[in-house]
Amino acid sequence: MTTPTRTHVTGGIGTSVRRPDGVPKVTGNFAYASDLHSKDMLWGATLRSPHAHARLVSLDIGPALAMTGVRAVLTQDDVPGLPLFGQEEQDQPVLCDGTARYWGEPVAIVAADDEETAQRAAASIVAEWEPLAPLDNPERAADDGSTFREMKIRRGDQNAVGTVVVEGVYETASQDQAPLGTEAGFAIPDGSGGLDLYVTSQWVHVDHRQIIACLDMEPDQIRCHPAGIGGAFGAREDISLHIHVAMLSLATGLPVKMEYDRSESFVGHVKRHPSKMWYRHEADADGNLVKVTARLLLDGGAYAHTSRAVLANAAFFTVGPYRCDNVSVDAQAVRTNNPPCGAMRGFGAVQACFGYESQMDRLAEALGVDPLDLRRQNAMRGGDPLATSGQVIDAPLPTIEVIDALESIPLPEPLASDDPRLLPGGTGLTTPASKVVRGVGYAVGLKNVAFSEGFDDYAEARVVLTPAGVEVHTAAMEVGQGLVTVCQQIARTVLGIENVAVVWDDTSHIGSAGSTSASRQTQMTGGAVHAASVGLRDRILEEHGGDELRNDGVYREGKRVATIDEICGGGPVENLVRFRHPETFPPDKNGQGDVHAGFVVAAHRAVVDVDPELGLVRVVRVDTAQDVGKALNPQAITGQLEGGIMQGVGLAVMEELIVDHGVIRNPTFTDYLIPTFVDAPAVESRIIEAPDPWGPFGAKGIGESPTISSTPAVVAAIRAATGKALTRAPVRPQDIVGI
Amino acid sequence: MNVTITVNGEPRTADVVASESLLNVLRDDLDLPGTKDACEQGECGSCTVILDGEAVCSCLVMAADAEGSEVTTVEGMGEPGHLHPVQEAMLAEGAVQCGFCTPGFVVAGAHLLETNPHPSELEIREALSGNICRCTGYGAILRAFETLSEEGT
Ligand code: FES
Ligand code: FES
Repeated sequence: MTTPTRTHVTGGIGTSVRRPDGVPKVTGNFAYASDLHSKDMLWGATLRSPHAHARLVSLDIGPALAMTGVRAVLTQDDVPGLPLFGQEEQDQPVLCDGTARYWGEPVAIVAADDEETAQRAAASIVAEWEPLAPLDNPERAADDGSTFREMKIRRGDQNAVGTVVVEGVYETASQDQAPLGTEAGFAIPDGSGGLDLYVTSQWVHVDHRQIIACLDMEPDQIRCHPAGIGGAFGAREDISLHIHVAMLSLATGLPVKMEYDRSESFVGHVKRHPSKMWYRHEADADGNLVKVTARLLLDGGAYAHTSRAVLANAAFFTVGPYRCDNVSVDAQAVRTNNPPCGAMRGFGAVQACFGYESQMDRLAEALGVDPLDLRRQNAMRGGDPLATSGQVIDAPLPTIEVIDALESIPLPEPLASDDPRLLPGGTGLTTPASKVVRGVGYAVGLKNVAFSEGFDDYAEARVVLTPAGVEVHTAAMEVGQGLVTVCQQIARTVLGIENVAVVWDDTSHIGSAGSTSASRQTQMTGGAVHAASVGLRDRILEEHGGDELRNDGVYREGKRVATIDEICGGGPVENLVRFRHPETFPPDKNGQGDVHAGFVVAAHRAVVDVDPELGLVRVVRVDTAQDVGKALNPQAITGQLEGGIMQGVGLAVMEELIVDHGVIRNPTFTDYLIPTFVDAPAVESRIIEAPDPWGPFGAKGIGESPTISSTPAVVAAIRAATGKALTRAPVRPQDIVGI
Repeated sequence: MNVTITVNGEPRTADVVASESLLNVLRDDLDLPGTKDACEQGECGSCTVILDGEAVCSCLVMAADAEGSEVTTVEGMGEPGHLHPVQEAMLAEGAVQCGFCTPGFVVAGAHLLETNPHPSELEIREALSGNICRCTGYGAILRAFETLSEEGT
């Protein structure tokens, strides 16, 4: 990528420009999917299974149909096309097919004149159930062979042995993405038998593919529009209410709105996979890793969703950013009657990082060496093979640099104050300062960028020059992360034109941008915008014999040779690009091969204050250093690093979905705690720029790494303060006090 | 039943049912969707409005009880071209990502600065601890309010 940087353009790459949707968002004028409405619209509601596993003996929708204001009541028999959906494997019934396989599975849907009538009507449906024993134990599911995917990785000498051996069993709980905006959708009939759909999504084209199959419609009959979104974090990568709201609208011929409340949202989207991991690390007497052996078990819940890909990530990152020539991994994602799991920020790499970083600390202790020195000694660099797949990293990987940068951030002063707001118990006044023990912990994490294992991963973008400015057309979902700003910055820098607007097109007007997940959009849609802008610029320069494009036209040797109006004399000029990253390949039967398209490394240091008697923890600071390739928007990067850390802190000390015999016991913000302002640690970050070979201007996707190693860093800090083994995240008070 | 509330300086009347929350009436009946609904349990602060001088969760207020009251929503705080200092500071510091929490922080934060023009870091954290943000990690929001506290808006 040798694109010259146009220094005279304001708002280009490398600057912290403001987001274009900022003013609408601070004034309350930004239209989220949940804000869409029309006068004649109906409200939809869903009847859900009260059992984690049960046979549906009978279903009487009569009472609902008899209610005034009810316009439609639909069940699985009313699904016009394929009765199943799923992103990777179509295994989930659109509505209950006679057996409920998880608690809260949709059974019937209702459209009515108002929200309350719709909900009362759904509740009036009489379902008779024969409860069945739920398969809620993932280890039993593994024994029974109830799996979505099993993976075996064998690399190097399987008989290699080390002289220092540490073993551990680690667990992580299920975490909810808890985006602040719940699921919402609005379907509008187009008058010719088709629909326009506005649903919270991370990837409208993959929704579209599933929706048209279930509705048995032609692609152009259903148009999925990118809608305003209140956060995502993986929760919106799979279908929720999309097909339901479309069915109700088609059945009634009227616009229909559906919106989940918080409790329904907890059952209405996939979760982070809970995990159990058995690890053995072997090193020689000098501390060089000799062999890593691991077994990983992820509970995928009732339906497949993205469990196969999540498992692959966990398995390929079993060892983390460390060199090791001999590796053995057996990994399984199992099918149970627990809540379905899928994407959440970090996507399998989170679980593995908790395992391997806990192990690296144990190994350092067994060797009697500094934990950071052990990590530096074994750190993987560009040119090294990934310990699991053997893929040679053909790009710089600044593992040692991020560790060094992190270590250079000063540690905070010791706790000096008795102000209860600074103590683990907070203003509850439970902990005196004299009881507080401070701990410091570190962790380093590795993550892939974009889709792997040979998936045909691409992003389409169209860049259009008009007399009024530049338009970037895409279907890439802006979920809050700031892709919209990055697209503008890239186009400005390449084209030399400041006035750039991002226009979201529906599925009939532009090709897929792929998912807003896997830290991929800055590199993929950013890459597409870059390539489309370069192609457009070069074509314009060639046509007009210029050497530079600026706000007001084409220049040659500093003199204008064509105005923008002249360039657009025959109408807007445009360039459409479908951008692909370097090809990846499925792994062979031993899990070997060039599976990934790129890698990002980050490190975190946590400082905690603990009251060991009461088991209370205050996370004082979490500092970080991360490779970003090239900082396109420094302020937005800081926002991703700080926000991602907070979700990692959540998993370390408070976030846990309590599932009992398949039933979620805490599906509210009262009972499922996420960090508030007073829980939020201070964060200082260092940005390292090791250019990516194919990212625009060398940029890398950065969204997930902050969540990956922050959790093990916090838990390591609590271990340092308490001396407890703490093999499970989140750490609960009882784990610290030992009851 | 009919309820009349002064919203953002204008008397507004809505036909409400007894159980309806002020949040629902603002969003659905008065066409003021800027106030957000993220939990309806008083846990997230997305629905914060000023009710007779107090910052409240509008999801916990019965609309009928707001009869005769004065309510300020995010739509009454500032508008494009004439932003409230809190809105301006949040934009400048990058405190807005998905923005779903933002109306609540704008309203609660403006109320904080009215009652305490120079809050300390700990006062800012405590005063806004009823407002959840899932995206930013609060760092940029803190920086926005620290700037405002220094300026004494
Ligand atoms: S919606 Fe009112 S506090 Fe959450
Ligand atoms: S910006 Fe998304 S919840 Fe705060």
